Parts: sequence; structure tokens; C-alpha cells
Amino acid sequence: MSLDLPTSGCRSTPVLKERGQREVFCGLTGIIWLHRKMQDAFFLVVGSRTCAHLLQAAAGVMIFAEPRFGTAILEEKDLAGLADANAELDREVARLLARRPDIRQLFLVGSCPSEVIKLDLARAAERLNVQHAPHVRVYNYSGSGIETTFTQGEDACLAAMVPTLAPATARELLIVGAMPDVVEDQCLALLSAMGIGPVRMLPAHRAGELPGVGADTVFALVQPFLGDTHAALLRRGARHIAAPFPFGEEGTTAWLRAIADEFGVARDLFEAVTAAPRARALKAIATQSAELRGKRVFFFPDSQLEIPLARFLVRECGMTAVEVGTPYLHEAIVGPDLDLLPAGPVISEGQDVEKQLDRQRAAAPDLTVCGLGLANPLEAQGFTTKWAIELVFTPVHFYEQAGDLAGLFSRPLRRKAVLRKEAAE
Amino acid sequence: MKLTLWTYEGPPHVGAMRVATCMNGLHYVLHAPQGDTYADLLFTMIERRNHRPPVTYTTFQARDLGGDTANLFKDAARDAYARFKPQAMIVGASCTAELIQDDPGGLAEALELPIPVIPLELPSYQRKENFGADETFFQIVKALAKPMPRTEAITCNILGATALGFRHRDDVTEVTRLLGLMGISVNVAAPMGSCPADIARMGQAHFNVLLYPETGETAARHLERACGQPYTKVVPIGVGATRDFLHEVSALTGLSAKVDESALRAPWWSASVDSTYLTGKRVFVFGDATHVMAAARIAATEIGFDVVGMGCFNREYARPMRAAAKAYGLEALITDDYLEVEAEIARLQPELILGTQMERHIGKRLGIPCAVISSPVHVQDFPARYSPQVGFEGANVIFDTWIHPLVMGLEEHLLTMFREDFEFHDEAGPSHHGAKAMARTEDEVAEPSDTFAAEHADSHAVPVVTPSGEIVWMPDAERELKKIPFFVRGKAKRNTEKYAADRGVVQITVDTLYEAKAHYAR
Repeated sequence: MSLDLPTSGCRSTPVLKERGQREVFCGLTGIIWLHRKMQDAFFLVVGSRTCAHLLQAAAGVMIFAEPRFGTAILEEKDLAGLADANAELDREVARLLARRPDIRQLFLVGSCPSEVIKLDLARAAERLNVQHAPHVRVYNYSGSGIETTFTQGEDACLAAMVPTLAPATARELLIVGAMPDVVEDQCLALLSAMGIGPVRMLPAHRAGELPGVGADTVFALVQPFLGDTHAALLRRGARHIAAPFPFGEEGTTAWLRAIADEFGVARDLFEAVTAAPRARALKAIATQSAELRGKRVFFFPDSQLEIPLARFLVRECGMTAVEVGTPYLHEAIVGPDLDLLPAGPVISEGQDVEKQLDRQRAAAPDLTVCGLGLANPLEAQGFTTKWAIELVFTPVHFYEQAGDLAGLFSRPLRRKAVLRKEAAE
Repeated sequence: MKLTLWTYEGPPHVGAMRVATCMNGLHYVLHAPQGDTYADLLFTMIERRNHRPPVTYTTFQARDLGGDTANLFKDAARDAYARFKPQAMIVGASCTAELIQDDPGGLAEALELPIPVIPLELPSYQRKENFGADETFFQIVKALAKPMPRTEAITCNILGATALGFRHRDDVTEVTRLLGLMGISVNVAAPMGSCPADIARMGQAHFNVLLYPETGETAARHLERACGQPYTKVVPIGVGATRDFLHEVSALTGLSAKVDESALRAPWWSASVDSTYLTGKRVFVFGDATHVMAAARIAATEIGFDVVGMGCFNREYARPMRAAAKAYGLEALITDDYLEVEAEIARLQPELILGTQMERHIGKRLGIPCAVISSPVHVQDFPARYSPQVGFEGANVIFDTWIHPLVMGLEEHLLTMFREDFEFHDEAGPSHHGAKAMARTEDEVAEPSDTFAAEHADSHAVPVVTPSGEIVWMPDAERELKKIPFFVRGKAKRNTEKYAADRGVVQITVDTLYEAKAHYAR
């Protein structure tokens, strides 16, 4: 394991905190992947036409298999009196659940307008829980832009579930964060080969598979944006296994090692289980990262994956980070990644997009990681970009995806080189 | 409160963005929470724009709400002016900011910026995207355009083209070319491609061409009142409408409507014998009212289809839509609920859908071909090639686009004759759509393989032999139904069941199938 700490990591780097226009999604966007992950859940946004339009735009290709999400659009008459809005909500929920008897978990998702008018969705959830128990469990969380940025929506959703999880007394490992199924299977196979189990997942595919939690639960995060969920689990007495995130060969090994140590897995068993996939990951990264070596990367804030990904690109793909922007910096969670990221880049939290664009232009990086609103305009100015959202929607965790992860960054550079050659001829 | 899964229109401030984004020298300061910037990607991704929309979002957060969101707005407006130096500014609120009632218009006025600042009142909880675009364009025109002496030569303005519009980019070029054939040049095309200084000289034109009523009508009416400019009522989509438009312009200007039509191929393409198979194909038309009314006329009179249903999602145009539908003996479907549209299409089982991207998905689910004629749009509706809808070239483009999803005429016959052929069989779909081709399952009763089921789940959405209601299909009738080519099978099934239901027949036999066929023969 190559956990050679740099002489000086980024943990003590002063953070540039900015506020101004933020070019980011709100937390509602998480519904796009959460509704596919939890197969008996429905996400009901209580909001405006803008919320519905956002979900449709973020889904990109409209997923016309009947979506397990929808928006209860507030209208003029709902804004007039709150009692009315609650009655309307009850009616819409009753109608929805009657039409979809397969739904076992219903999330009432707060939005900017519902929060500004102080529509109390927590009380609505309590009331609806009584009406629809035991068949349906009703939760509520906020995905609003005034409270949450992009991936924080998943955090808020999972954090809302934690207090309702059954008490557990067994010493169990809980893996927290939504992953694509293929990645989840790989993760479980590696842990099981080391003799660690049973392993529980949050979120679970179905309500019946939800984990219990208690003082003997230890948990590991697979996503760095789960600050509130982390805090909620600590409140239930669970213990967090802090580790770098499982991106790349090094990150995956360090993440598995921290869990293996917790469960007393012998060194040679650890080596036996990880040797082959580690070798494959290193080989795949070497192939995919050729175009990345010696290049400079600039991260605009997007998903909070930025710190671990910068660590991967710098240490495993030979890049130099110029600026690593993140919407929020949870030191307790990304601290181990900050330790590994060599000092040098500007670490920025929050955003004033115009100022950050000025810095990006001045730095003229070889690769800019940014949201979809900025990518084409920057490409048109001659910069090479990687849209950040793909990093959230693509399987990128663990050994077998390490090469793909490097490939997501190298493809734009390779593509530019191909097109340039064509243009020159 | 209304539960919505998918929407035809965004909120009204997105309409305002469509106006701001297609103009130059105009900046939009939008009082909005974090996250509303998602709308930028509609323009940078769907339309592949190489610039960010000229929009500054104040990006307020929960912690600002108790404090001073008004100052946040003022700072944002001041900074936006200093950074972008626009000729004019529009200011307004998104849905959330509307609730906190900061009055962006008043706040911006207090800044005393040395440019025109135009406040927008867009009621987010009542109105939608098209209204937002129409109202924004109207407010800009009202603020900036003044009566002035006419140009010496006959000129006109072209009104209504916006960012994210269905083929607006090419339509403006094509209608400019068309007017050029009559000897008329364009004074200003707006909002697309114009700047505030251009809006200020709109009064010089002799008349206005209202290209898209949805996004330009209020401005056209205003200019008629304020600047004495008449505007055209015919939208030149289709051969007949284009000729009507030329006559309308001729009546306004006294210039001859006789123009060179040598580039117009659609009428002959339609008249040539290869197109005979198009006769009476049943089409369902849905989208924005302007495109639907034009499409219905083309379908019925220029291609020879049978229009079996039509409607629009924009209630503002319900009245003309209903009148247009009546001319085809139809009741217009006015709804913004796509589930209602889907139910209507499933009921009618048309052979072709002319709709929006929403109907394209519905068609995919029901196994009915679809051509897109209207917004809402996605990335495929912004082709690299020149592809207008208006004028003579628009008519050519429309002929090609609508015919493409259908099985070609001779192929239809061959499929009927040789439907048992293992390579050339109906489930392979139209032979010019490569991706759908696949080998026929040799065993008639064999279940499709898993991969196939996953990839083609949609094409099986039309239940071939599922009994509907009380009526039961006998096994031999089921087999016979399967022999009917896929592109008419849905209709045959529906007709047979209706025929059976009308006569109280509960068991459908081969005879029932053919009696129904004879009954509905046209």
C-alpha cells in the first residue's frame, strides 16, 4: 500500500471562501439517481414549475419509463392559505399511492418555494405516515437550492432516513452512499472475500432491506458529500471509519485497508484479495492516464467529489492541480484525502462564478472540470473541459472502474488532439 | 396543487431567458436562489451555444432570507452592469424570489444606472414559459421602440424568433430570403439576433412579420398601436400557407406576390406516384398551436393524410386551435398533461404522430412512428444543417422529415406479401432505420431474448393479443392478427375490437377480423 504522505498535504492550506453567483444544481437533482436506486420509493417534490423543469432538464434524456418522481406544483390558490395547501397535498399523495400500490417509501421533498412559504413538510409527513401506515413510510427532506447544493440532496435524503432505522445490536458494517449496482456488487465481493460481513447498505434497494443501526455499527462512506448523514449516524451511536475515498487504486486500497484494520483482517489475506484487482487497476490507469501526465487541472465546484478526485488525478495520473473548488468542505470527511493531496493548489469553497472564471482564464489549465452550463462556452474559448456531472452518473468507484475514471478525464484531451490533427490536414 | 411528471413548458423566467439569450447587448439580472442556474445548460447544451446566457443570478440562500436579500440584488445588478456593460438590462424574479417580494424593478431603478432598465412582472404561479418570452419581448419593445420615419424602400421587422425555439434560427433566414424574392428587405429581426439599439429603430419598418404568435404577438399588437405598423397573420409554414403569406404581404405593400418557386419540390414529391401510399394515413398532431395548425393543414391538403386528432399544450391559443380542429371535424385536445395526450394517442392508434419530443417518447412506448414539429425541444432539434420549417425550403424539409419515420410504400407491400421471410419481416421495422433491424425469432411462440426485451421493450408496448375488456381473441384470430404488418396492426386490433363491441361479439374469430376489415375499408 502506497500511503506515502506528501511532505505537506492540503489539510492546512487556507481555504479561499467565496460567495456570489453559484453555477451549480440544487439538491433536487439527486432524485435523478436516487429514484432508480430505491426501487419502491417515490420522490414527490412540493414546489414550482421551475422544480419540475429542472428535474426534466437534469434528467437530460427524459426517462419516460414512468418516473418514480413528480412535482406537486404550487399554484396561486395554494399560496393564498396554508391549510388549503396541506389538504391539497394529502389529496395528491392519496391519489398517487392509489395509482402506484408498489410504492413503499414516499419522500416529500421540500423546495425553495415550499420553504419560503413555510409549508411544514415534516408535519405533513407525520400526518401522512399515520394515514398510510404500515404500507407506506413517509419521509421528508429538503432538496431546495436555498438549503442544498446538488449532491447534498442525497445527503439530506439519507440523513432523513437515519432516525427511523431500526435499532441494531450486532457488530455490523454499514456502507453509506448510493452507488451503481455493478460497483456495489464489486465492493461487497471484496469485503466478503476478506471475511467481512454481513454488510448493510444505505440506501437499500427496497424498504424491507433497510439496515439497523446502533452502538456496535461501524460505517464507511463511499461518497464525500454525506456530512449530515455522517452526523446523524454518529448521533445513533455508530462509529465512522475515516478513510480516503475509494477512487483509483490508491484510494480504493486505503479505503478497504481502513475497514480491514477495523475488522482485524490479516495482512496476507488483504494482499491476497486485493493483489489481482490492484494490478488490473494500475494497468488500466497507466493506459488511460497517458494524456494526463504533466497536465494542469482546474476544478469548478460541483459535487463535492472534487477533493478526492483531485487527489486521484495528482497522485495516480501525474496531473498538477491548479485550483480545487468544492461547494462545501467537510474536513472530518475529506480530511484523509486532503492529507494525501500535495500542497500547491488553491482550495476554494463556495463560488463567485465570475471571479472564478477570471482565475481560470488567467491560469489557462489544460483541463477544466465544470458544470454543463460552463462547458461549451469554455470550449468555445479554446479550453478543454470535462463535465462534472458525468462523474456522478458514471460508475467510477473501486478497482475495476479506476481506469474508466482516468478515461473520463483523458477522453476530452484525446478528442481535442484528434480533432486538431484533422483540422491541420 | 397539481401533480406533474413532465412539463411542456418551463416557468416564465425561462421564457425571459430565451429572449435575453438570443439578443446581444442585453443583460438579465434575475433574483433567484442557488440552483436556478440549471437553466443555463438548456442553452449551452441543448442549443450548443458557445456563450453563457447573459444572466446574473443573485443566488440567495436560506441564511440570507432573514437578512437583506434586497441588497444582494442591488449588488448583483451593480456588478453585472460594471462587468458586462450592456446597452439595456431586464430585471425580474424567479418563482422563489417572487414570494419574498423584493421588487427588483424598484431596486434596480434606485441604482440609477445610465442605461434603460426594464422591470419584468412574470407571475410564476399562474403563467408559463411562452408567456414569459412574449411578455419580456413586449416589455423590451415597449420601452425602447418609438415611432419614427419609415425607411425609403419597403422594409419589415420579423418578430418572435427566440433561443430554444423550434428551428427559429433557420426560419428567420428562410423568411428573409422569401421576402427578398418580393423585393422587401428586413429592418430588424427580433428578438433573435438583435440588440437594444436595433429594437429602438424598429419603428422605421413599414410592417411586421409575426413569425411566431406564441412569443411575438403582444409586441406585434403594441407596434401596431404605437408605431402604426400592420402585422401579418399568416404563419408561412407549408406550401399553401407560404403562398397565402405572400399574398398577405402583397396586400400590405402593393408588391407582386408572384415569386420564383423553382426551389419548391414538396408538391411534386407529394404528387409523384411513389407517394400514393401516404394517402389517408391517420395522423395525430400535437404541439404548440402555431405549429399544430400549420401541420394539420399540410397533412390534410398537401400530403393527403387523414388528421384524426389534434391539439396544443398552450391554453392561450385554445380558441383558434378549437376553430382549426373543427374544420377537420375534430374536437381539439387542449392540455398540458402528457398522460392525457398519451391516452388519446393510445385510443386513436394513429399511423403517424406529428408532435413534440414528449410525443416522440409516447410514440416509442406505443410503437407508433413520430416526427417532431414543435418545441419542447432537445439536442436533436438543433441540426447542424440548414433545416427551416417556413417558406418553400421549409415545405421541402417538412416533406422529408415526416415521411422518414414511415415504412416506405413498396416496402409496405413487400412486408405484407412476404411477412414470413426470416430477414425481411415486419418486426425488423422500416429497412432504412438500421438500428432496429434484427433477425426474426424462428419459433413463433418463443419469448424474445432478454437483451432483446430490454432494448426493445418499447416496441412491444402495443399489446398484440392482450384482450381488451371483456372481448376475447380466439387463438386463430390472434395468429392472423400477428400476420398483419406492425405499422397497421394497432389500428386493425382497435377496429376489430370496436366492431366486435358494437355488435356484442365477445369472441373474436378470423371472420370477425375480416368482417371488421371490410366494414372499415376505405
